[in-house]
Amino acid sequence: MSSTLLEQKQTPKPRIITTELRLTDKVFRGVVTGGGLISLTLLGLIGFFLVYNGFEAMRSAGMAFLTGFEWVDAVPENNQPAAYGIGAMLYGTVVTGILAMIIGVPIAVGTALFLSYYAPAWLKKPMVVVVDVMAAIPSIVYGLWGYFVLMPHAEYWAKLIHKYFGFIPFFDMPAPVFTRSPFIASLVLAIMITPIITAIAREVFAQTPLERIQAAYALGATKWSMIKAVVFPYGRGGVVGGAMLGLGRALGETVAVYTVLNLVYDIRIEVLLSAGGNVASMIVNKFGEADFVELQALMAAGFVLFLVTLIVNFIANYIINKTARE
Amino acid sequence: MSSTDGKNTNNDREETMSQVTGKQSRAIQDPSTIKQPVATHSLSDVASARRAKFGQPTNGSTGLEAKGVHAWFGKKHVLEDISLDFYTGTVNALIGPSGCGKSTFIRILNRMHEFIPTASLAGQVLLDGKDVYESGVDVTKIRLRVGMVFQKPNPFPSMTIRENVLSGLKLAQIKIENSDELLESCLRRAGLWDEVKDRLSEYGGALSGGQQQRLCIARSLAVNPQVLLMDEPCSALDPGSTLRIEETIRELSSSMSIVIVTHNMQQAARVSDYTSFFLSDGGPGRLIESGTTAEIFTNPKQKRTEDYVSGKFG
Repeated sequence: MSSTLLEQKQTPKPRIITTELRLTDKVFRGVVTGGGLISLTLLGLIGFFLVYNGFEAMRSAGMAFLTGFEWVDAVPENNQPAAYGIGAMLYGTVVTGILAMIIGVPIAVGTALFLSYYAPAWLKKPMVVVVDVMAAIPSIVYGLWGYFVLMPHAEYWAKLIHKYFGFIPFFDMPAPVFTRSPFIASLVLAIMITPIITAIAREVFAQTPLERIQAAYALGATKWSMIKAVVFPYGRGGVVGGAMLGLGRALGETVAVYTVLNLVYDIRIEVLLSAGGNVASMIVNKFGEADFVELQALMAAGFVLFLVTLIVNFIANYIINKTARE
Repeated sequence: MSSTDGKNTNNDREETMSQVTGKQSRAIQDPSTIKQPVATHSLSDVASARRAKFGQPTNGSTGLEAKGVHAWFGKKHVLEDISLDFYTGTVNALIGPSGCGKSTFIRILNRMHEFIPTASLAGQVLLDGKDVYESGVDVTKIRLRVGMVFQKPNPFPSMTIRENVLSGLKLAQIKIENSDELLESCLRRAGLWDEVKDRLSEYGGALSGGQQQRLCIARSLAVNPQVLLMDEPCSALDPGSTLRIEETIRELSSSMSIVIVTHNMQQAARVSDYTSFFLSDGGPGRLIESGTTAEIFTNPKQKRTEDYVSGKFG
């Protein structure tokens, strides 16, 4: 009697639920899986190619490859060995990237807010198109425009900044050469990354739930206080993710920076000075006349840049996805 | 709901009302109202049990008044010539089938109507005799005085319970000193204090649907509105939460006028002093009949009102 009771009380094990896909579903799954795998494979192959070719350079230089400031070829006559270090270039890349964010993100967020909540309907659509087209302009065009049009003005702004904020070490000026500085390169980068950040910010701002917007307005909110209370908290993650995507682009940008930046193998904190660094630009700069050993070092530099941008993009995707889930 | 339950609820409510408002003494003293035997729990009984507070302007306020309001969405005429007076200190129910313009009308009252891109309107909405649509009127001030509770509970998820209640002050850039006092009184008036007093720094989204809706009511109360608009506030809630909110509405009606859109006849009969019946016959929504709730539910003048409140259509 008691044993039957006991048996009745036993909870069953969870069943294993399986689904047999139809043939059409299987075919489609194969096609899309293949597509996904191809891009993953490509990414892996590129990484492998860079590691394979650059490994020797990285091995011989060790950590000095990341921390060294020098990039000199071997000169056998003087018994001088080759020294390849991308420290200064890496530093310059980060500085221009961050500066570009500082300049570009507020512009992008402002543009996105304007487009989402302030622009009249007749202006909104054409402006969205214009901003999107900005993202499609080749970077060499930005570089040339930056060199010939922006730089003369930016030089003047740099002088003003130096004059009034020169006491801040960043804006100090050891030599009065204001052209081709990290500051100007960052301006060009900021303009280049604004469209993508704007597009993503606009997208998340537009998804702000109407009920929350109405709730804020119904409480007597002004438009600005509504945006602060509802739109920003909702869109924060998307904007951060968009900014990281922009940063990824800024870090990897090559030609535009090469055009407007004076590459100097030294770490300087003065951003207005005509001396900066950028890994991608350096690779372009050295690639044409590199011998075999230097080429290996360039490959290694490319691998470091590849890793950095990959990490930044992963973080960006993570933030965007996390926000989307919330 | 069984008839005995319903009767108890009615009596409870009468007592609550008299305790809170002190305005119901007339109704209590009137033996015909309170002692009336309620044999069956019909809508008309419910409605009769609740005696309308015949609205008198209090403190020189004439409350909220709509005068000849028309509304359009694009070219579609959705409301035609609605004139309604909402006295201070009364609960006003707007009833009618879906699509008859009740929600549009209620949103016109605090200028939420204009958020719909193609929306337009004619007529006047007078708040204390002043047209809220007059040019130069600060719309945020109007919405401070005419609060709104929406169909779907919409607390700000990025804010804590405390921040949610006080959000109206922040949004309207009002500074106050004793915010803790205000917080407690708003939550108490919304009937939520006991449930959340120990978790004020939790996020608003962590509450149940009914609690969220009462949080939204508390939030509207913090800016001390003189009119509270409620657009089907209980339609997404379970009966228990609905009951709590109805109690809240009755308690609030002592200090402000309330306009409530509802599809629930029982609810209209239970909580309101006045009821207005809207109907659209395919064209724009019209105000068919308006009167005290007892009148509308027991002795409507219009055949269509009678058909609707007795459940023949709608």
